Amino acid sequence: MAWLRRNLVLILGIAVLVYTFVPIFVVVLMSFNDPASRLIYSFDGFTLHNWLNLCEDPSMCSALGRSVQIGLLSTVVSTILGTMAAFALVRHDFRGRSATNLLIFLPMAAPEIVLGSSLLALFVGAGFAGQLGFWTILIAHIMFCLSFVVVTVRARLAGLDDTLEQAAMDLYATPQQTFWRVTFPLVFPGILGAALLSFSLSFDDFIVTNLNAGQTTTFPMYVWGVAQRGVPMQVNVVGTIMFLISVVIVVGGEVVSRRRSRALA
Amino acid sequence: MSQAAETTRGHERPAPPGEPSAAPSSDGLSLRAVTKSFGGFHAVRSLDLDVPRGSFIALLGPSGCGKTTTLRMVAGLEVPTSGTITLAGQDITRLKPYQRPVNTVFQSYALFPHLDIFENVAFGLRRRKAKDVDATVRQMLDLVELGSQARKRPAQLSGGQQQRVALARALINNPEVLLLDEPLGALDLKLRRSMQVEIKRIQTDVGRTFVHVTHDQEEAMTMADTVAVMNAGVIEQMGAPAELYENPRSTFVANFLGQSNLIAGRVVSRSADVVTVDMHGIQVSVPAARSHTDGDGGWVGIRPEKVLIGEAGSQLDAPGNTIPGGVVSDVSFVGVSTQYLVRMPWGQELQVFSQNTGRTRIFETGDQVELSWRPEYAFLLDAAQDASAGAQRADSD
Repeated sequence: MAWLRRNLVLILGIAVLVYTFVPIFVVVLMSFNDPASRLIYSFDGFTLHNWLNLCEDPSMCSALGRSVQIGLLSTVVSTILGTMAAFALVRHDFRGRSATNLLIFLPMAAPEIVLGSSLLALFVGAGFAGQLGFWTILIAHIMFCLSFVVVTVRARLAGLDDTLEQAAMDLYATPQQTFWRVTFPLVFPGILGAALLSFSLSFDDFIVTNLNAGQTTTFPMYVWGVAQRGVPMQVNVVGTIMFLISVVIVVGGEVVSRRRSRALA
Repeated sequence: MSQAAETTRGHERPAPPGEPSAAPSSDGLSLRAVTKSFGGFHAVRSLDLDVPRGSFIALLGPSGCGKTTTLRMVAGLEVPTSGTITLAGQDITRLKPYQRPVNTVFQSYALFPHLDIFENVAFGLRRRKAKDVDATVRQMLDLVELGSQARKRPAQLSGGQQQRVALARALINNPEVLLLDEPLGALDLKLRRSMQVEIKRIQTDVGRTFVHVTHDQEEAMTMADTVAVMNAGVIEQMGAPAELYENPRSTFVANFLGQSNLIAGRVVSRSADVVTVDMHGIQVSVPAARSHTDGDGGWVGIRPEKVLIGEAGSQLDAPGNTIPGGVVSDVSFVGVSTQYLVRMPWGQELQVFSQNTGRTRIFETGDQVELSWRPEYAFLLDAAQDASAGAQRADSD
């Protein structure tokens, strides 16, 4: 009993971690599955077949490619626009700034289904009913990613001591040099975080995308579509790859920053 | 009287207020009628200031007195609402911070957290595309004894080390004027004392103009050749530390710089050398050079350590103003001296600091005493001024 009391926090912690990691573990495991039937989800045997034949279903790979393309494009556009907007909101006092600060939250607060359907109404109303597809998805993704970028970068900027910029100017840096030598490097972690967030939001968005996609299929839509017929095991391979990429980014960032501070200590 | 003349000699400041100076010192820093308003608030009001090249001046005042705003206008971080600032004869009023040969040590140090110590110090040189950056930075880091820390980040250094980096980063540019914005505020007392000596030494070595902003009167007096006491956006008085202390011109300076006893009095007569003042029935004299009012009334000021204390009826050492009838109301023994509060017949409590020389006994609460001071140490201030202006303690009157 005493032992249990002493270690309760540890046990609960491990339990929560297990609970969190089980789905990921299942995805990784299933990527090596050799299923006996497409409809039954059980581990029937180990194989590398799924990994070696990723594009067995060509429609999955084209949907995946499209999702990556949309993800990258919306990340680039929303990160640039959002970063500029964040600078304007933090650094400049203009009419309607507080209103803008509030409005920027709306896309984050509004239910996705509302956002998606109103966008659809907008596109149809503007006469794009027949042209729903890649570009309308991209526009929709940029729109909702933008809010997240603004909020993330703004938080980083607000925490930045502006005497640092004054110090740079005092030390003969022109406004351009001050920006590139001091402001940007210090805000960069926030911008990078915002970009990663944008990509993952765009990549796995289903609701808004589905409403505005027309005949176009993204990866989440593909998975949804095949779910009734039995999900091909390659979907798990994609999931595992995505998971590995994010682990590499997070661990890599941690290692770089640790090594940097250790080398200097 | 000779002593009084000595303490006041040459106390005229370079630019008396109101009188536009004919020729601003051509190689130094000078501010002419500089005003800065933020909305309706006047942070600095028509300020005139001349800082000769190579001197060390302290702007001293309580928070909100406009000293930091003045500094920031010299740095170019604020643009004056009106007035001009010239440096070595050149008008720099509207130049951008990066266009003027002025560098600042910020209160928060403002070290670049993403750059190491070396790059922080090299920042100004690199922006100006200087040659020999490496050697110059090494030399500067050695000067502030941080040569071995060159590759560390600011966050890995102690407060005192960061302070030295900030100093090195500004000094390496060899600025015409170095501005120090309360640079020692974040350090503990012991470190602050040693940095005061260090900065003073560096200033003497490099021979540059230093403008130091502080609210610490002791720091200002220790470090600077000239102290300008600021209050409510104007310079109340400016001069060498000893001049300011010995002959304050306003109640604010008298109270802000050290402590003063200010006693209400009425002017009885004025001669060329001496002003005679009736102080609650006792006549005292004040040297004319130390009288800073033309009115009928005034505050007779005397520093607590200038007041001698003795038994009632005793013959005090000082041939001067004697005030009988005091009763000791409080005694604090502080080792080197004893600090008394003495209640006078008119109800006011005067402060007396008495050196513990062993020649006189230490009085106790309730003892009848009389006070005395040499007339040449007294000063006379404008009766219209608030006797408690600038006082840091409520019990100083």
